[in-house]
Amino acid sequence: MGKNKKVLLGNEAIVKGALEAGVSFVSGYPGCPSAEIGDEFGKIAKENGIYAEWSVNEKVALEAAIGASFSGLKSLVNMKSFGINVCSDSLFPLAYTGTKAPMVIVVADDPSCWSSAQTEQDSRGYAFLSHIPMLEPADPQECYEFTKLGFEISEKFNTPVILRITTRVAHQRMPVQFENFKKENRVFQKGEFIKDYKRFSTMPPRVLEMKKELLEKIEKIKQYAEKSKVNKIESPRGPTPGKLGIIASGVAYLHVKEALEKLNLDLPVLKLGFFYPLPEKKIKEFIKPLKKVLIAEEVDPYIEKEIKILAKDENLKAEIFGKDILSEIGELNQEKLALALAKILEIKYIATLEYIATLKYIATLEYKTPKIIDSNLPNRHPQLCSGCPYWLAFSAIKKSAPEGTIFGGDIGCNMLAGVSPHNIQDYLFSMGSSIGIGHGIKKSTNQKVIAIMGDGTFFHAGIPALINAVYNKSNLLVFILDNRITAMTGLQQNPGMGKTGMGEDSPMLKIEEIAASCGVKNIKVIDPVNFKELENTMKDFLSKDEVSIIISRRICALLAKKQQNE
Amino acid sequence: MNKTFNIIIVGVGGQGLITLNNIIARAAFYEGYDVKTSELHGLSQRVGSVETHIRFGKKVYSPLVINGTADLVLGLEITEGLRAVKFLNPKTVFVVNNNYISFMENISKKEIEEKIKLPVGSNLRLILASEICKKELGKEVVSSIYLLGYCIFKNLIPLKPDSVLKAIKETMPEKYLELNKKAFNLANSND
Repeated sequence: MGKNKKVLLGNEAIVKGALEAGVSFVSGYPGCPSAEIGDEFGKIAKENGIYAEWSVNEKVALEAAIGASFSGLKSLVNMKSFGINVCSDSLFPLAYTGTKAPMVIVVADDPSCWSSAQTEQDSRGYAFLSHIPMLEPADPQECYEFTKLGFEISEKFNTPVILRITTRVAHQRMPVQFENFKKENRVFQKGEFIKDYKRFSTMPPRVLEMKKELLEKIEKIKQYAEKSKVNKIESPRGPTPGKLGIIASGVAYLHVKEALEKLNLDLPVLKLGFFYPLPEKKIKEFIKPLKKVLIAEEVDPYIEKEIKILAKDENLKAEIFGKDILSEIGELNQEKLALALAKILEIKYIATLEYIATLKYIATLEYKTPKIIDSNLPNRHPQLCSGCPYWLAFSAIKKSAPEGTIFGGDIGCNMLAGVSPHNIQDYLFSMGSSIGIGHGIKKSTNQKVIAIMGDGTFFHAGIPALINAVYNKSNLLVFILDNRITAMTGLQQNPGMGKTGMGEDSPMLKIEEIAASCGVKNIKVIDPVNFKELENTMKDFLSKDEVSIIISRRICALLAKKQQNE
Repeated sequence: MNKTFNIIIVGVGGQGLITLNNIIARAAFYEGYDVKTSELHGLSQRVGSVETHIRFGKKVYSPLVINGTADLVLGLEITEGLRAVKFLNPKTVFVVNNNYISFMENISKKEIEEKIKLPVGSNLRLILASEICKKELGKEVVSSIYLLGYCIFKNLIPLKPDSVLKAIKETMPEKYLELNKKAFNLANSND
């Protein structure tokens, strides 16, 4: 056991890798399961001569890093899955201009939606859309190594590199081997923006030249990927049973290895560290001697589709299995993989009924099913914390809204409005959408609408929606639950707090002043402890002809406790 | 130890599952084992059911414990302990804090106790960890460390007390260290 080995969380390993690569500019927006990356940088930035910020949303976070890259600073951007939707508007042109100093963008998906509303998004598709190289680590050791590799690739090809992780990678712990690294320069070093219109401006007709350059660049990166050690073939020691091989990516690789051990099988495995561009030659070489290939990837069948096209073009006869056996819904595990392998090889495997049910169809094989006991307990749903000021606010909303009122839900702790005992949520989409959709309902019906949103979400995406509602003469009621912090993701600073991600003082932005300058006429800030005032104001504002806003302001109970302990 | 040792920790968000998970992972690492864990953060942490997975042995790939394959289930709360019977096989030991955090549904503690005794049988150890810690140390919050101590001193987790204590020292903030060490060792003196 070397002294350079420590048990690390995947997200901690990414921070370590980035530090070693010499990152000096970090931006992001907190989300689960990526938040610990930005949290950690916030804590260690100063002592390491790094600038780190929690940005207002993922789009500005990426743009801040683009500015840093163009000025010569190595940058890292962190976000959860949906963050890439928000920043995509600037992500695509970034592929065209390329980076100047290297940049790694970490995107954390959440298969099985453990901590995500919205959708079970598989963000890998963005690599195809944007033409940005994407790496997929399987465990914390690879998180560390692939982060460093990402910076290397970015430096070599002047392209941003996306590091795509998932919940079971980001929140996986294992002993990680790392280099004893001491940062020499512990003072933040500024760069310089050197003007270069041709390089940084996507004005036509230059934009189409840029596209050509980008496609040529991707061809070169493909050659690089062919030789890269992170796309590795593991050959079996003996003959291959059933001439079956497996191509695996991300955490699915770990489940494959575990399943092979369980079934006592020794099969060839191609582990893909690159998701984009795929090493086509290596894949062809791997498939050629095989009769059957199983593609082990979580959620969407991106790799499977690519390989099926490749096999057809190259006239490879191997039968390709993938989402015909493994579900597109939810994360994978070793049991699902073992079952899939047993099915393809037609070997007997005793599995549990529960997992058999996840297979799309079952072979003619008979499965014995060991008994798994179900507790049949009702779910213990997530709830507001005890002492949370939202209890009071939700109760006031419920009490004062007339029958038939439509309640718009939003992202953050406030989305718990949708569960018992509150049950005040009629739709839930994405950051800021409670106002946007509420405005549409207001314009289309005579029904009353209350959009319920937290402070962090208001700053993130609520403001344009509010302006739209005022400008287009809606009269919905916007109810802001201002608990003075971005709480759900683990207490991150936001513009309402007067503190930055590095803990420095900054201007405290007041939601009521923003609303006033957006043209909202009816504005009231109320401490939800003053329950009666809250109720009366709600009744009053619900009868207005213009947009109204109530800011229910009281500090998050967890934050209050934390401040007490400090 | 030839086989990988599989632990499931269950409880309610906010009970310190992730800290416990981290301590066990570090202790296993100090003893030279390969170890993988998996945990959940965010929405699932808000007073909902939480479950963390720990696996250690010679070589571990997947961080997940499959239903029916746990060697030990450590329940920080009894309803959540009951929920974890899906991980049970005839050899699985259940160490459960006999402490009930009620939720929306109207089920009595007695009912839960009966329900968990049925499938787990003689492998169930219901421990009054919260009560003992409150009485002996004046703090209920360290009951999870007490339970960990119980598992270690009763050889229900194949790790040495010294490595766990070292991991506790590495993981806990300085000002809570003494209290946690006391809670851990208390399980050795209490029978």
